[in-house]
Amino acid sequence: MPRLSRFFIRASLVYLFLGFTFGALILANKGILFAPLVWALLPAHIELMFLGWMTQLALGVAFWILPRLGSSTPRGDERWSWAAFILVNLGILVLVLSPLAGIPWLGLLARALQTLGFAAFALGNWQRIYPPKFPNIKGSI
Amino acid sequence: MPTLTRSFVKASLIALILGLVAGIWPQIPGAAITGLFPIYLHLLTFGWLTQLIFGIAIWMFPVYSKEHPRGPEWLGWSIFACLNLGLLLRVIFEPLQGISPSTFGGWMLVLAAVLQWLAGVGFIANVWTRVRGK
Ligand code: HEM
Repeated sequence: MPRLSRFFIRASLVYLFLGFTFGALILANKGILFAPLVWALLPAHIELMFLGWMTQLALGVAFWILPRLGSSTPRGDERWSWAAFILVNLGILVLVLSPLAGIPWLGLLARALQTLGFAAFALGNWQRIYPPKFPNIKGSI
Repeated sequence: MPTLTRSFVKASLIALILGLVAGIWPQIPGAAITGLFPIYLHLLTFGWLTQLIFGIAIWMFPVYSKEHPRGPEWLGWSIFACLNLGLLLRVIFEPLQGISPSTFGGWMLVLAAVLQWLAGVGFIANVWTRVRGK
């Protein structure tokens, strides 16, 4: 597993832990009211689960198993994917922490960072999405 | 495909069907129940997608060790049991609490929360060291 995939996947596991913890606190509080304040964790729960856990795991696994380019750079120009890792995670952190800062445009900044990050990943791995090549079969299958 | 993964995949398919049914329900005139939307959502995102990911990752990630390539057997089955029991309790008691709340139902939701959380922690314990170079 390449180093960057390990970063993506480990980060997704950390978010899984945080997101599950927040979700479990909200659910337990729905059962037996102990701290209504935990509802404030709901936006973070949603963000951590969808982008932090699921989407980021998908990027890590994709970077690992997408067809490689038969060259000295089998996974293309990796700088795009590294940039994706930094931008997406910065975006998630800014979004999750923005309510604490109380600065309204932080949410906008977070979404912009995430969008740039995913776009960078798509650009960096675009060429790796090609059909399998078999010498005996003409065309793609 | 190992038995554990087959169980995860089959349970995830059942959750998918249940989730879709929970989506049909509120569309029936007069049948809407409070507390059904989170069930619909989590059957799909947790019972279906996350469970499918858990099952396939435990199977496909680099091996845990020579003796236990997919991690300790007991751990895998505990994750499976906690995930599905936790989700089932939530599916039963979250709408029920909306209809007629009770202290028992409330504690069942606490149990559901703990079980689902344990499933997550168990999964992380299984795959953390398997996320490696070779
Ligand atoms: C695994 C992926 C998961 C995803 C993608 C996810 C996503 C979401 C989303 C989008 C909501 C907002 C629903 C709404 O506004 O009504 C939500 C709410 C919630 N989630 Fe999750 N969730 C996940 C896992 C969990 C887990 C494991 C737990 C508990 C252990 C949990 C507990 C909750 C609770 C209690 C709520 C509030 C429900 C309400 O509005 O009454 N979630 N989740």
